[in-house]
Amino acid sequence: MKATTLMMTLLGTVAIGSMAAAADIRIGLNEDPDSLDPAQSRTFVSSLVYESLCDRLFNTNTDMEIIPELATEWEFSEDGLSLVIQLREGVTHHDGTPFNAESAMRVLERNQTLPTSNRRGELSSIVGMETTGEHELTLTLGAPDVTLIAQLAHHAGRMYSPDAAAAADEAGRTFGANPVCTGAYKFAQRVEGDRIVLERFEDHWDAENYHFDRVIYQPIPDTTVRLANVRSGDLDISERTAPSDVPQIRNDDRLQLFEVPNIGYQGITINVGNGPRSEGPLGSDARVRQALSLSIDREALNQVVFEGQYVVGNQWAAPGTTWYDERDPVPARDVERARELLAEAGVETPLRIEMQTGNNPVAMQQGQVIQAMAAEAGFEISLRATEFATLLSENAAGNFDMSQQGWSGRIDPDANIHPFVSCEGANNDKKYCNEEIDRILQEARTLPDFESRKALYDQSREILAEDMPLIYLYHIVYFYTLRQGIEGFEPYADGIIRLRGVTG
Amino acid sequence: MLRYITNRVLVAIPTLLLVSIFVFMLQKLLPGDPILVLAGEDRDPETIAMLRELYRMNDPLIMQYLYWLGDVMRGDLGISLRTGLPVTELIVQKLPVTLQLAVMSLTFALLIGVPAGVMSAVKKGTFWDYLANFIALSGLSVPNFWLGIMLILLISVNLGWLPASGYESPWVDPVRSFQTMLMPSIVLGTALAATLMRHTRSSMLGVLQADYVRTARAKGLREKTVIRYHAFRNALLPIITLSAVMFGELLAGAVLTEQIFTIPGFGKMIVDAVFNRDYAVVQGVVLVTATGFIVINLLADILYVLLNPRMRANL
Repeated sequence: MKATTLMMTLLGTVAIGSMAAAADIRIGLNEDPDSLDPAQSRTFVSSLVYESLCDRLFNTNTDMEIIPELATEWEFSEDGLSLVIQLREGVTHHDGTPFNAESAMRVLERNQTLPTSNRRGELSSIVGMETTGEHELTLTLGAPDVTLIAQLAHHAGRMYSPDAAAAADEAGRTFGANPVCTGAYKFAQRVEGDRIVLERFEDHWDAENYHFDRVIYQPIPDTTVRLANVRSGDLDISERTAPSDVPQIRNDDRLQLFEVPNIGYQGITINVGNGPRSEGPLGSDARVRQALSLSIDREALNQVVFEGQYVVGNQWAAPGTTWYDERDPVPARDVERARELLAEAGVETPLRIEMQTGNNPVAMQQGQVIQAMAAEAGFEISLRATEFATLLSENAAGNFDMSQQGWSGRIDPDANIHPFVSCEGANNDKKYCNEEIDRILQEARTLPDFESRKALYDQSREILAEDMPLIYLYHIVYFYTLRQGIEGFEPYADGIIRLRGVTG
Repeated sequence: MLRYITNRVLVAIPTLLLVSIFVFMLQKLLPGDPILVLAGEDRDPETIAMLRELYRMNDPLIMQYLYWLGDVMRGDLGISLRTGLPVTELIVQKLPVTLQLAVMSLTFALLIGVPAGVMSAVKKGTFWDYLANFIALSGLSVPNFWLGIMLILLISVNLGWLPASGYESPWVDPVRSFQTMLMPSIVLGTALAATLMRHTRSSMLGVLQADYVRTARAKGLREKTVIRYHAFRNALLPIITLSAVMFGELLAGAVLTEQIFTIPGFGKMIVDAVFNRDYAVVQGVVLVTATGFIVINLLADILYVLLNPRMRANL
C-alpha cells in the first residue's frame, strides 16, 4: 500500500503539464525518415520533412497539378529535347549563398553523379545542362520526356546548397546529417528515432506565410500512441491515422480529422514470368488470374479490414480521379463466372497457390479475407507472412506465386505504371512482358498533352485488364488527426503536409 | 585481486570476438537483401548495382567481416545503411537514453521489490505476505505493452499529468526528462520488481532460518536489528547478482517499452536495424551491449568478493 501512495505522490509532484511552446508545431510521423540528403532519400516519409526544409523546383496543388515553386516558368522546345526553366529570384540557401541557375545546375549534377545518389534513374533523360541566364537553366534531353517535370516536383527537384553539399562530400561527412537547403525552416537537430527539429528561416522568400518558430517531427510508429499524443496535446498533427481509429476521432471534440485518397494503389502482383513458380496455371493462364480477381469482393474487403474507410479500385488510378478509365468500373464479385473461367482454363480445383503477405496484422487480415473469398471460387490459398526485407528479396528472386503489392503513388502516371509492367521495369518482379504495353507506355512518355496521353493509358489499361499480371484492389485514404486550434491545414493526395498558411 | 580482474578482462576479448562473429553470421543467414530495402520504392537497377559495390556486398562473407573488424580496430563502427549516419554517433546518442531508462527502471524495481520481499519473508503466512505475492504475480503476468498503453491513456490522455511519449535529455530539461522517463520506468520496473521481490523473499527466508540469526535473537537483539544488520545483509548477495544481470539486460534495450513510449534507445534502434538489415548498426549495438554486460557482471563479481570474505580467500 505504501508503494502505491509513494507512486501517486511521485506522479503528482512531477505532473506539471507537458505543453509544447506556443510557437512550435509538433508533427507525429508514422516512421523515422531515412537520410535527409535529397540525393539519397528513398522514403515517402522523408518528403514530409523536406516540405519544410528544402523547397523544390515544382510543387503540386490539391488537384495534384504542377505549380511553380522555385521554378517560376518552364517551357519544352517543340521537339521536346530541351527544357528551359526560369528560376525564382531573391532566394537564398540556409547558409546565405544565393540560389540561382548555377546552384540549381550543380544540385542536379550532384544528384546525377553522387555514388550513393538515388536520383540517377529519375534524371536519366537529362544529357546536358547549361545556365542561359542568372536565373535561367536549360536542360537538354536525350529523348522527349514529359515525366521530367514530375520528377523535379519530387526528391530530385529539392534544392539544397551545392557548396555545403560539396564541402560535406569532400570531407567525407554525411550531408544528410546536417542538410543545408532552401525551405522555410532550416535544420537544427536530429535524434535518430526520436525527433527532427527545424527552425524558422527568416530570409525565406515566402517567410510571411509560415507561422511557427520551430517544426518538430516525431516518429511514433504505433498509431494508438500517436493518437494518444494528439489527445494529450503533445502533438499538433498526426499523419496516417489508422482507419480503425477514425470513428472515435470523429466523435472527439478535442480533435479534427482530415482525409484524402492517396494517389497510390494496393493490390496483388502475380508471378507470370519470373522462374519456375510462374509456370503454374495462375502464372501461365490469364483466365485463372481473371477468375481470382472476380472471386474477390473488394467492398467487403474494405469493410472488414479497413472499416470501409478506404476506396476500392481496379486500376492504378482511383475511381473518380483524372487518369481513371470510367469505361471499366470496379467489378462486382462474380463467383459463378470465376468458376466458369477456371473450368475453361481446364484447371483442377481446388487450385493450390501461395500468397506472400507482410507480417503485420493488417496485411495478414487482408490475406485471410482474400483467402476465404477465393476459396469459394475454387482457389486454395496458403498465406506466407514475411517481414518486409524478406518479402522484397523473395519477390525479386521469383520465389512467389503472388504477393501483396503496394505503391505510394507519383503525380505523373508514368511512374505509377511503367516500373511495374514494362518488360525492364525496375519494380516488375513478376516479369510481365508485353511489347505492345512497352510501346504504348514509351509513346505516352513523349506526349505533352493530357488527352493523347490519357488515350494511351486507357489503351494500356485494356490490355492489362485482359492479361491481369496485377490485381488492383483498393486505394489507401490518408487520415490526419489535428488538435483543435490548428487552422489552415489542407490534406494533399500525395500525403505531404504543407505548413504554408497553417496557424495554431 | 588485480590478477583476478586482469584475467577476467582477458577472457572478455575472445568472448566479444565470438559474439561479433556469431551475430554477423546470423544476420547474413537471414533472408532479405538490405540493398533492395535501401534502394527504396523506385529500385533503380543502376543504384542497386552501385550500392552493392559501395557496401562491399559482392565480397565473400569472411572478407566483409574482416573489413568490419578492421574498421572497429580503428574505432570506426561504420555507417548506418538506412540513415547514412555514423554508427558511433548513433550509439553516442542512444547510450545515455538507454542508461537513464535502465537506471530509473532498476531503481524503481529495487525500491518496490526489495522491501516487499523482506516484508513478505518476515511476515510469512500473513495477509501482507499473500498481498505482496499477489502483487508480484500480477506484475509478472501483465504484458508490458498493455500496461504501457493503459498508463498512457490514464495518466497522459485522461489526467494530463505526464507526456504520452518521447524523450528529453536530462542536460537540456531535467524535469521534462524525468517526466518522460517515469512511465516507461514504471512499466519496465514492474516486472523486474516482481522478480526481485520473489528472490528477496526466498533469500531472506533462507537466511532467517540460519543458525547465526537464531544466535543473534538468543543474544536478545531487537527483531529490527536482527533483520536489518544480520539477515538482510547476507540475503543481499544474490540480489546484487540478480540486479546486475537485470541491468545488463536493460542495456540491450527494452524493445516494446521503447516502441510504445517512443524512446530513442538501443532496443528500438536494434529492431529497426534488423528489419532494415542495417548490419553495421546491429553489429555496433551488439558490441557495445555485450561489452556493457561483461563490465556490469565483472563489477558485480568484484562487489560480491568485497562483500563476502569467504570468496576473497579463494582468489
